[in-house]
Amino acid sequence: MTTPPTPQQPQAQPQQPQAPHTQAPQPQQAYAGAVAAPQGPPATAPAAPPAPAAPAPPSAWQQAMSNAYTSPIPVKRTNLGHALTSEWTKIKSVRSTVWTLSIFLILVIGIGLLAVANTQSDDYQDVPFTVPAFFGLMLGQICLITLGVLVTSSEYGTGMIRTTFTASPQRHRVLAAKILIFFTVAFVASAGSILLVGLMASGAHSGPEAGDIPWGGTVFKGALYVSLLGVLALAVGSMLRHSAGAITTMLGVVLVPAILPGFLGIWDSTQKLGEKMADYNAINSLAKIFQIDDFDSATGTSQLVLLIVLTAAAVVGAFALLEKRDV
Amino acid sequence: MIEAVGLTKRYGAKTAVYNLSFQVRPGTVTGFLGPNGSGKSTTMRMILGLDAPSHGQVTIGGYPYRKLPNAPRQVGALLDAKAVHGGRHARNHLLCLAQLSGIPARRVDEVLGVVGLQEVARKRSKGFSLGMGQRLGIAAALLGDPQVLLFDEPVNGLDPEGILWVRNLMKSLAAEGRTVFVSSHLMSEMALTAEHLIVIGRGQLLADMSVGDFISANSADFARVRTPDTDPQQREKLTAALTEAGGQVLPEQDGGLRVTGLPLPRISDLAHGADVRLWELSPHQASLEEAYMRMTQGAVDYRSTTDQRAGLQQQLPPGAVPQPQLPVPGQGQHGWYAPPPPQQGGQPFAMPQGAPAAPAPGDANPYAAAPQAPAAAPSPEMTKRSEESR
Repeated sequence: MTTPPTPQQPQAQPQQPQAPHTQAPQPQQAYAGAVAAPQGPPATAPAAPPAPAAPAPPSAWQQAMSNAYTSPIPVKRTNLGHALTSEWTKIKSVRSTVWTLSIFLILVIGIGLLAVANTQSDDYQDVPFTVPAFFGLMLGQICLITLGVLVTSSEYGTGMIRTTFTASPQRHRVLAAKILIFFTVAFVASAGSILLVGLMASGAHSGPEAGDIPWGGTVFKGALYVSLLGVLALAVGSMLRHSAGAITTMLGVVLVPAILPGFLGIWDSTQKLGEKMADYNAINSLAKIFQIDDFDSATGTSQLVLLIVLTAAAVVGAFALLEKRDV
Repeated sequence: MIEAVGLTKRYGAKTAVYNLSFQVRPGTVTGFLGPNGSGKSTTMRMILGLDAPSHGQVTIGGYPYRKLPNAPRQVGALLDAKAVHGGRHARNHLLCLAQLSGIPARRVDEVLGVVGLQEVARKRSKGFSLGMGQRLGIAAALLGDPQVLLFDEPVNGLDPEGILWVRNLMKSLAAEGRTVFVSSHLMSEMALTAEHLIVIGRGQLLADMSVGDFISANSADFARVRTPDTDPQQREKLTAALTEAGGQVLPEQDGGLRVTGLPLPRISDLAHGADVRLWELSPHQASLEEAYMRMTQGAVDYRSTTDQRAGLQQQLPPGAVPQPQLPVPGQGQHGWYAPPPPQQGGQPFAMPQGAPAAPAPGDANPYAAAPQAPAAAPSPEMTKRSEESR
């Protein structure tokens, strides 16, 4: 063990020259530095031999460290920023991201443009200009769900997760970075494409026949809704650890509440439940956000709140399981 | 410095690792040996915080792995060469790992050069051969210039040049004062690389000692002596003379004699004194493989049996005598390797005597009797060996 830098000089030269000497070796000696710290001002240092003065017990491993290798480059504590740059590298360096996002953009913008081309100005009398994007989003949300699942489950499928968690044993940080990066990517992609469609619709059809309905909120809410669906998928992927299983589950979450109300309406006892499902399923929620529902007042806020609660619960579950399970 | 204390891992009813305590010291290459399914990989995963131990704990430099402030800068690990996302190219794979611990990107190019993958740095790792995957994994382990390195089967799939490179790499890393912990099934490779061995079987510690001690403790070096076949009396005469001089003599099937406890010149002198001619007097030194086989033969879980090919044969007509089959060497034969040297007191192996602390009280050892099995093999006294013959 490197002996701690001890201020062992007699009281002759007390403070001035001592201070730099006691400080200087500390950066190089990670372990010795901690030992030297409590040694107080040099003036009060006793003339006793230095070895027993060390407060930490010189255990077996410390002695073994004496000839141990220490990297010349200082070791810095890692933080969320490192995980974020790493996840950014990961998400942009696989083809699944490129594929799912380009299909998403093609669907939303492509179907949106078709809708813009086939509508007249008076079609926009009671609906915002972003409505053409709604048709693409209904299909496009599947792409974001797939990407969300793949962000986590592809690491489990390939075994990469063991490498990742070896490189960052702070697992929660990795998941947090994944969620933040994915959400940002998904939100930017969806908000950008909705905005583009809205701009083109308003540019093409802003005649006097079109109603002057504000559509900025629909861009934000629509993008938030599909991005949160993606985050929910990411959390489900992290819990199930299996791509196909997680994607199927998420398709069920999106489609089953849209299909079931047809059956549930048959019986009186389940009619209420069926109505709620019809109200809150993903496709109807998007419709409400884009204000093409029958009810005028509905702007999809309660549907959005439900999805936020659901996503938060799934994320909490994913974090809890992440720390507990073996990889 | 890796320190495990009472490490135990259960998967449901199966105990993969039981009460494992060991230390891996810096400055040497420590080999980690054991049969398939003996718990090597589980132990490595517990060291790396991927699996949580059921009991006990393992620390690196005094910290549990998951409490390390910057794990890749302190510990580098190659667990599984295929633990990469195949769609990402090699450089990006290393880059995302580097960024995770604040390592600059130029270090990525550096380690790619060290492992010799510069030319395929921009190729997707899906198309990599096993050997290239191993190199990529070693690059990931070296990325943080760590003090502690763990390698699980690093030479799997490497070409001879790569094996030589890994061997020298391990040695040079250890010479720099790093802790190097390597598991492998290639005994010849381990004998060349490792200085210290930790051997486990069925999840329990079988040995924790230097390679030299391990070979000495688990095998007997012997001299093979052959007297003229034409005169069996000479053989008995020599046996008597050697036994009298303090050696142990074990007859071999082909008429030779295995002599332990006497140096070769002394055997020659005794034979001369007894007026016995020798047709052969040769030293036989045990290899690490032999010592390992001897130690672990009781702890092997997956053992091959002789292939009877009965499922392919036609039903014999009643009364027909089946053809006798010639045995295939090494297949389904338990005693293929020489039985272990029995030691007084029923301790089959030279276990480290300072017994590790028991885990939680009330844990019955599920394998209490398991490793004793080889002691049952009948064998004459062969323990002693001459120091000179080595």
